[in-house]
Amino acid sequence: MDINTKKIKKNAYRVTKVRGKTALRIRVPGGHLEVKYFDIIKEIAEKYGDGSVHITIRQGFEVPGIDFDKIPEINRMIAPILQGLELDYGVSIGDIEGGYPAAGTRNVSACIGNKVCPFANYNTTDLAIKIEKAIFPNDRHVKIACTGCPNDCIKAHMQDFGIIGQVEPIYDASRCVGCEACVKNCKKRVTGALRMENYKVKRDEDRCIGCGECILKCPTGAWSRNPEKFYRMVIMGRTGKKNPRLAQTFLEWVDEETIIQVIVNTYAFIEDYIDKEAPLGKEHVGYIVDRAGYHIFKAYAFKGVKLGPKAKVANYIDFGGYTYERNIHFDRCNE
Amino acid sequence: MALRLSREAFNHALKDLSKEYKIYAPIRLKEIGRFSETDVVRYGEISMVEEIVTDEKSHFSPKEILFPITQTLFYFTEEEYKEPKEDGKKIIIFLRPCDINGVKRLDQIFLQNGKDKDIYYECLREKVKFFMMECVEGFESCFCVSMDANKTENYAAAIRFGEELLLEVKDDGLMNIFQGLGKETNFTPEFIEENRVKVCLPDVNKITLELFEHEMWKEYSQRCIACGRCNFVCSTCSCWTMQDIFYDENKNNGERRRVWAGCHVDGFTDMAGGHGFRKNYGDRMRFKTMHKINDFKKRNGYHMCVGCGRCDDICPEYISFSNCINKVTKIVGEERKS
Repeated sequence: MDINTKKIKKNAYRVTKVRGKTALRIRVPGGHLEVKYFDIIKEIAEKYGDGSVHITIRQGFEVPGIDFDKIPEINRMIAPILQGLELDYGVSIGDIEGGYPAAGTRNVSACIGNKVCPFANYNTTDLAIKIEKAIFPNDRHVKIACTGCPNDCIKAHMQDFGIIGQVEPIYDASRCVGCEACVKNCKKRVTGALRMENYKVKRDEDRCIGCGECILKCPTGAWSRNPEKFYRMVIMGRTGKKNPRLAQTFLEWVDEETIIQVIVNTYAFIEDYIDKEAPLGKEHVGYIVDRAGYHIFKAYAFKGVKLGPKAKVANYIDFGGYTYERNIHFDRCNE
Repeated sequence: MALRLSREAFNHALKDLSKEYKIYAPIRLKEIGRFSETDVVRYGEISMVEEIVTDEKSHFSPKEILFPITQTLFYFTEEEYKEPKEDGKKIIIFLRPCDINGVKRLDQIFLQNGKDKDIYYECLREKVKFFMMECVEGFESCFCVSMDANKTENYAAAIRFGEELLLEVKDDGLMNIFQGLGKETNFTPEFIEENRVKVCLPDVNKITLELFEHEMWKEYSQRCIACGRCNFVCSTCSCWTMQDIFYDENKNNGERRRVWAGCHVDGFTDMAGGHGFRKNYGDRMRFKTMHKINDFKKRNGYHMCVGCGRCDDICPEYISFSNCINKVTKIVGEERKS
């Protein structure tokens, strides 16, 4: 058996523990798809796999138990999936019958978003698809997820880029009956950004994380939404063997264009600063930022970005996380 | 007088009227709603007929025009007090028959309940003319027919919306505004005769303390979250509380406001010393129900609830008031129709 593993990996197949068997990963940008694609996945699993499919953490499908020599056939079979879930979204793929052209930048996942969830502040799938269009195909290892509100059900805090929906609550004091539902709820469930003063509510803008709970709780419509959409971006969160950590807030109250532009710009940063000696040429973007420094990353991220009037930017980030050895960042000079 | 007139002609009349009147109608406020990308439909000022939302029930009733959510009653300094300046303009409200009947109940509470009239309400109420929006279809949760609130003769003008508008003008003061703007025609508004939701009303003479202790309220103790939305959207809930505000910079100056209150909301029955009468949410549901379909009728001869169904539409816990009335009736027996 003569398999170019580098090639098949970029084609979204992988080397598995069973010799001769591979597994296909199918992307579902934004974690939402029409059920008609199930038929294709089912057919592949039954005809070429072991009749099962794994639902991945990134909201894709992984079809195991496939013979390597069936890859070309399967790639032709998944052409409608590439059409519907990539090309139709605006992603450019040269040979639609050749399978996925890259696998480095992972599927952009999303919580259910405002299609269904009352807490969500935007359509997470739609934004995930726009991001997919802007960054796929790409070999660089970047993980992105969109979540509707700071509950962060998609675990945006575990991504290189986590996009969290924000809403600016607008207060009409004349509609407020002073029931304190918003104040009590904000204190109990959120950050305690609201307080009563003279029977009306005051909002501490620095404490408010834009979750929208006050709007949900208000029985009179005194709190309403600013229809303009805002986002918080948390960056460089990760799991892994070296230094797992939650993503930290980089931007607050920015618009969709900024989110997409910052992600796109990051790829140029990666090209310039990736460890040229990295094993297999792979290095997670978070470690590149650790080495190059936050301010270098920031300078790249903001190229061509025009921040809106409400935007807030971190001037320093203490990424934290934990390491398995206290002096991991030290090299022994005699080695 | 009845007219068939174009939207342009009607807008022309609205422009004329706006010199003398503030004109309120249900309007759509885009994407400001509770949930992301949802609209709010509620009362606001309009200048064109196109702004009026005719295919959806307003989430809040027009009562907030006559009985503002927050209303300053007077400003005070150490020695003196002064009422706020009145807005000189008269008021036109576009509303459905159920809501006109809702205002009848507000009138009962604010103007005919006891020997004193509520002057703040009266002052606004006197300025109001109703433009009745013909309503023959109703909406999913409406039960106005059961509540005998589907019809009214109390309007200055009635309007049927369509490509062109049909308008019946009853108020003499409005005749000259509309005169000549359209073709004279025969038009009187129709009223809805049957709702999808039907309610059987209880015989109030059979409502005793036994019902107050009944098992049926326990379910609401579990389900109700005491948010008060049902009170605030109701076209007939008329409770309010007082707030004295002392200005930050000089605590000797301030103002007294009245603000809506709701019997479902915490604090409604709180007394000095901390005692509250209805801590249990089921008790609050019972109290409201008994007001809407029992004691108001005993006092005034007709039910308070007009069956607009807004409380059903808004309840985040899907509690249906019409269903609650039916439950009460099942327990105590139906009222005899006169």
